[in-house]
Amino acid sequence: MELFHQPNINWMGKKWLFIGLSLALALAGLISIAVHRGLVYGIDFRGGTLVYVKFAQAPDLDKIRRALDAQGLRNVTLQRYGAASDHEVIIGLDLQTTAATDALDKGKRDILNGLAAIYGVGPAGKVDFNNASPQTVADHLLATDPLHQSSLGPDVANKTYKDLAEALVSYRNTPPRSGLIADFQELRSVPNVTPAVLSSLTNDFYLSTYAVRNTEIVGPKVGGDLRRQALYVTLAGLGAMLLYIWFRFELIYGVAAVVATFHDVIITLGFFSLLNKEITLTVIAALLTLVGYSMNDTIVVFDRIRENVKLNRRENFVDLVNRSINQTLSRTILTSGLTFIAVLALFLFGGEVIHGFAFALVVGVIIGTYSSIFIASPIVVFFQQRAGRGRVGEKPKVLEREPASARR
Amino acid sequence: MEKKLRSRVLFIAVVVVVSILGIIGLPKNFTQLKDNVRDRIRLGLDLKGGTHLVLQVQVEDAVNITSDQALERFRDELKVKNIPYADIQKTDSTHILIKGIPQEKSADVQTLASEQFSDWDLVRVPGDATARVLALKVSAAQTIRNQALLQSMNTIRNRIDQLGVTEPTIAEYGQGEYELVVQLPGVDDPTRVKDIMQNTAMLALKLVQDGPFPTREAALAAHGGVLPPDTELVAGKSESSREGSSSEAWYVLNKVAAVTGRDLSGAEPSHDINGRPSVNFTLTRDGAARFSRVTAANVGKQLAIVLDNRVVSAPVIQSQISDRGEITGQFTPQQAQDLALVLRSGALPASIKYLSESTVGPSLGADSIRHGVIASIVGLVAVMTFMLIYYRGAGINADLALVLNLIILIAALAYFSAVLTLPGIAGVILTVGMGVDSNVLIFERIREELRNGKAVGAAVAGGFEHAFVTIIDTHVTTVASAAILFTFGTGPIRGFAVTLVIGLIANLFTSVFVSRTIFEYVLSKRKPGEALSI
Repeated sequence: MELFHQPNINWMGKKWLFIGLSLALALAGLISIAVHRGLVYGIDFRGGTLVYVKFAQAPDLDKIRRALDAQGLRNVTLQRYGAASDHEVIIGLDLQTTAATDALDKGKRDILNGLAAIYGVGPAGKVDFNNASPQTVADHLLATDPLHQSSLGPDVANKTYKDLAEALVSYRNTPPRSGLIADFQELRSVPNVTPAVLSSLTNDFYLSTYAVRNTEIVGPKVGGDLRRQALYVTLAGLGAMLLYIWFRFELIYGVAAVVATFHDVIITLGFFSLLNKEITLTVIAALLTLVGYSMNDTIVVFDRIRENVKLNRRENFVDLVNRSINQTLSRTILTSGLTFIAVLALFLFGGEVIHGFAFALVVGVIIGTYSSIFIASPIVVFFQQRAGRGRVGEKPKVLEREPASARR
Repeated sequence: MEKKLRSRVLFIAVVVVVSILGIIGLPKNFTQLKDNVRDRIRLGLDLKGGTHLVLQVQVEDAVNITSDQALERFRDELKVKNIPYADIQKTDSTHILIKGIPQEKSADVQTLASEQFSDWDLVRVPGDATARVLALKVSAAQTIRNQALLQSMNTIRNRIDQLGVTEPTIAEYGQGEYELVVQLPGVDDPTRVKDIMQNTAMLALKLVQDGPFPTREAALAAHGGVLPPDTELVAGKSESSREGSSSEAWYVLNKVAAVTGRDLSGAEPSHDINGRPSVNFTLTRDGAARFSRVTAANVGKQLAIVLDNRVVSAPVIQSQISDRGEITGQFTPQQAQDLALVLRSGALPASIKYLSESTVGPSLGADSIRHGVIASIVGLVAVMTFMLIYYRGAGINADLALVLNLIILIAALAYFSAVLTLPGIAGVILTVGMGVDSNVLIFERIREELRNGKAVGAAVAGGFEHAFVTIIDTHVTTVASAAILFTFGTGPIRGFAVTLVIGLIANLFTSVFVSRTIFEYVLSKRKPGEALSI
């Protein structure tokens, strides 16, 4: 099977169309960033408190807001996430909400107190099963010993209850429960659960109607440091690429590849701003991966240009670049297509936690492929046409390229 | 040629076996296999749940303690050597200002400083001939800070170990800002651990100058509104108050501690003569020497036990005490036990401040694993199916290489005890997408060579040769960006960088060496003139 049978497309002839498109996209992104007064940073950069809560029933956001208000928390953001049927809410606090002198986790504790106030605290001495770790469950089982394991020695008992606790918690965590059970009887289907185990659990634990799935607290210092580091590391990444391509090809190729990659990063960031998505630490990781990927893609085209230049010194450079792009076109489309499929799987099935990361890659793979052809290659062509004849570089063969007609 | 091919196949077989052993070990049954895989693939906090803390050691505390002690010592020495002075005070954590030294004694001060305060420089003050500044050498201050960081790390590790957290990690973080990252797998409510790590950060035994007073104002009023030099006001619970009542007691204490947490060599929970929970401590030799000197000189006076800048109790010194003592206060048995634990595990030389805290609940981790696995399988199946349809026979080759690539990647994670995180799983998926790129490059090249009329064998050889240069170039750039990412990120992001790098290096082996071997095997079985399925 073949996607393209020996394509013969004049890519460089269409370059202005696509450069225009790139400029428009970049401009749209930059305007959006300007209108939003900068990028929307995630909590890891911005600082603040986030608490991810899953509720057993559809949560009443107004009620939650009032409860948090009663704790003295103003400017709380409540945001649903995931599928509506999952009843999941992110409760967010800005850094400003808590005073600098407060303990780091004051906001979190206030939120948890607020939730407890409306969704109830358990009976004294009982532990919330829906928010308990396997260790906690195992400890309680070991203490009450409903399976009468103590006569078999502490090692056997430990192992039995550890396994049982893990089975119980993993049952609780498996969808459709996803961390919340409504009745201890639900646990009957777990292997080795006897009525004695159930009654032991019922005695020691209670079931809340919400589960705290994840909390994040970032102080002001960490966020600021990280923003600076993220910028440096992205620039360092681009710089390293420039050096490598300079070393392997020539400076202009390195510059072209870096400009193209920078273009990809800017446009991807623009998409984040346009869609009001947050830039988090993992998004930065995705951007750096994108830097590597886009370079990768550009190098394949450059490699072919270099090879063709060696083979065929007399050819018009524009034709040569077109031919090189055409020769690598199937590979380009196939590889980016396959990488796109892989990251699309990540985007669609990877879950909420990694959504931003996958989104950056989905956008980035497309832009990164496009820029190799429409940004990086035209820059090299443009430079070679301007440089003209007679410039001597390390690899003069490459730089000698210019329209063959001018040479005659 | 046959022989070469056979040794290549043998080598690949060895790699496969070693990799699979690395992942599953030698299981006797299915349950054991599952256990082995779970033991060998270490999951990051974001997948198994737990708490991730970033904290900063306030190392300047340790410097302050050192300069407080130096000030005290210097003042004592001035007295011993009969050198008069008008005033001596600390201007900041590393500078002590001494004023009013008579001209004729300035040489003596210089001698004292250079002989007994080798970590300090004595410098003149411009415009005041009678004043000198004792400045802690930059290198000495730096040593104190570094030691404080190191000791804090050890202390925190000890405390966490004693709490029974499994496989915690404590490591330096960031660049030179005395920050630590602490990861506590399985801890989904960090409140108690955080308290233990931080609660009894600073122990100091200080002489009481005056008090207790019921309020701050009363204490100040007793001294005409100004505290005596080198003393401070510290609050505590009133000794006489009943348990549960919260009446405050204010003490005027010597600023400089007789002994601090640094001088402790051990601590055990115990009971005082009235049967109330207490903590017994023993001192190091240095600490004991200082303690016995202070207690001998101050029999009958009160000694305040200050924990985290609060007076816990202020017993009267009955007689000289050398190397052991007892801390009493209104402790519950649990509090006495926790206090002994933290004192025993080594007192913190400086207080700590939490900078960030994230807790992943176990259900979210489980969700993330499931999402990651589903996404990986969907991505893998889609890519493999496409390769099969597009390249037919060669597609099988690419798919075999891809599967082997993943097996080596996972085995390498197991062998290096690398941590698999959610972004790490994303790295695996990306390896699938980007790894297959090498095969695409090679196959497209072979097709091209075939189109140009080359014989099958030559086309395969040419395809691999030409594509190899490109593959090296593309891998270097991606590995470079992942390596930079590794230096930048912590936890999850590092996991991503690690899987991406290992995946791509393994890919060099599978897409070039393994694929080539498979091709050569196919070619060796091929009847003359038969077309290559690509």
